Amino acid sequence: MSEWTKLYDAVLNGDADAARTLTEEALAAGAEPQSLVDDHMIPAMDEVGRRFEANDFFVPELLIAARAMKASLEKIRPLLIASGAKPKGRVALGTVKGDLHDIGKNLVAAMLEGGGFEVVDLGVDVAPEKFIEAIESNGVDIVAMSALLTTTMPSMKTTIDAIVAAGARDRVKIMIGGAPITREYAEEIGADAYGDSAASAVAIARKLVAA
Amino acid sequence: MIAKPAIESPGAFVFGRAPHPITCGRGLEIGAGPMIPEINFTLPGLEVNEANWPAILRHYEDMIRGVLRRAVELEIPGVLVEFETLPPMTRNPEWGFEITRLLAEQCAAFSDRHGLATALRVTPNDTREFRRPPLMRRGEHWEEMARFFDGAGAAGADLLAIESTGGKEVCDDALVNADIERVVFALGVLGARDMRFLWDRIVDSCRRTGVVASGDSACGFANTAMTLAARGMIPKVFAALVRVISVPRSLIACEAGATGPSKDCAYEGPYLKAMAGIPVSMEGRSSACAHSSPLGNIAQAVCDCWSNESVANVRLLSDYAPVVSMEHLAYDCRLANAARADSEESALRLRDWLAASDAPRDPQAYVLRPDIVLEISKRILGSTTPCGRTVQAARAAWEILDRGYRNGELRLADREARWLARLEPAIAGLPEEEPAMIAAMESKIPEGAYLPDEYGLN
Repeated sequence: MSEWTKLYDAVLNGDADAARTLTEEALAAGAEPQSLVDDHMIPAMDEVGRRFEANDFFVPELLIAARAMKASLEKIRPLLIASGAKPKGRVALGTVKGDLHDIGKNLVAAMLEGGGFEVVDLGVDVAPEKFIEAIESNGVDIVAMSALLTTTMPSMKTTIDAIVAAGARDRVKIMIGGAPITREYAEEIGADAYGDSAASAVAIARKLVAA
Repeated sequence: MIAKPAIESPGAFVFGRAPHPITCGRGLEIGAGPMIPEINFTLPGLEVNEANWPAILRHYEDMIRGVLRRAVELEIPGVLVEFETLPPMTRNPEWGFEITRLLAEQCAAFSDRHGLATALRVTPNDTREFRRPPLMRRGEHWEEMARFFDGAGAAGADLLAIESTGGKEVCDDALVNADIERVVFALGVLGARDMRFLWDRIVDSCRRTGVVASGDSACGFANTAMTLAARGMIPKVFAALVRVISVPRSLIACEAGATGPSKDCAYEGPYLKAMAGIPVSMEGRSSACAHSSPLGNIAQAVCDCWSNESVANVRLLSDYAPVVSMEHLAYDCRLANAARADSEESALRLRDWLAASDAPRDPQAYVLRPDIVLEISKRILGSTTPCGRTVQAARAAWEILDRGYRNGELRLADREARWLARLEPAIAGLPEEEPAMIAAMESKIPEGAYLPDEYGLN
């Protein structure tokens, strides 16, 4: 840990202005951009996730913290790209075909970004071909699918089958979630992981990229 | 606009009886005294497509025959059947009409054979939200919906309803951020404007086709908030405020000519009954098969139809799930109707027990307590514009939650109480006039999040 612990507090408290200013000061003082992310910002978001899991925080507090991290990342990202640093992983995320529900999906996106992942948000009503296109053109590590309806759950299997048929299955891990989804269903359709809440998504994604 | 509540006395605010009862379908009276079960069902995990269509029809035939058979066995005098389409059945109205015909034929057959009073409520989806930002008044989705409204009666629908989504494109993000100002704008400006447009069209269609224009639901707003709160994602006090804030928006359907019963998932129903006098459908412990809620008993306190929301056609130990739901509803209604048969005083006593068992435990239940519904309804109708009413709803609900917490009637966890206090400045600062509200939102809503023209703005 460096002297920039105030950046940790700014992200944890959701103070975007302070996070931005502290980041600028840190960079001007010669701090390592990757260290600011790994040693201060991601731990702050991990703490936000922990407090959410412990029922101390609600989602609005989590989103405010995520926005503070984003404000800081806007200053850091160009430097990370220039130095060739890579994100923790790249996730293509979408609500499956026929399903319009996006609140859960958006929360997962915010959590993953807070956890250091790059998220390619494909939106809602996403056809299997769009997921495949994201794999081919964005080089994603993980495909994450969401569904809220029992009648759109089968689109998850259709999508996985299409990814297999396109010869892309061994290049990505697949995680799924949503109100009607169960661990058994994930296993049945050949997904690699199931998440029962948005908050669990980061831990699952970390496991998948480490595997 | 409705200027005065249809019900002002707590003694007249009870289940089964509404100031303006309706008769629909094959002799089904709603709001005339007896509480009526409203049964709804849906497919198990099965994609709606051509290949599965024969299996889908079989499911619907099995479900309707199963629930009506059980209704007869349990000597239910009447039943309201709801067919809530799945999105492909609204996008392709012929599919929706084919199932409507199938259900209507079975309802008629059971009415003829067993004297069971039946009516079929059909609820197409609001598919306009398939496009973001949505086109609310034009485009293929709107045209499909309009075709559905016009054709449902000929297919056998007795009542038409919808869960409309005007303003949802702004509200979703406001909910997860607990942003009360944007919620008020989404419901009090965008939602209200869309309700007027949509319900004028629905009522016109129903009048032309001999169908009862029943009601709408703020499900996509207030029930989304309730679900998020149940998962610990947003404060329950915020969800309770959203519930009351949704009332003026749903009332617009009644002002446009909807006669009830309001949609079962519209937990704003008691307010609609108090203000417009229409019969209302509600769901509570009976709908745990579809979603959890903190309103299991209190939801029944002043309802006229009692619903299961929806249940998938899966096999349980006793029978298929829709048949099981029918039985739950039948016994719940039988108890309520026995109380009413005993005396009006007994009915009111049961109402009060239903309310008292839930109200202190959760702010979302507290704002449905009959006396509180009447108090807030008066406050809402004190304003004469949808935006002004929505702001009044927010203020009145906040004050009553705060009062209930302070006087010990309402229990709140510490973090809930903190959020209630935290929401006060935003509510106090809400502008009541629509132009001021729109101006206030300019810097808070990203450009392109919604299309002003689609709401008659600009």
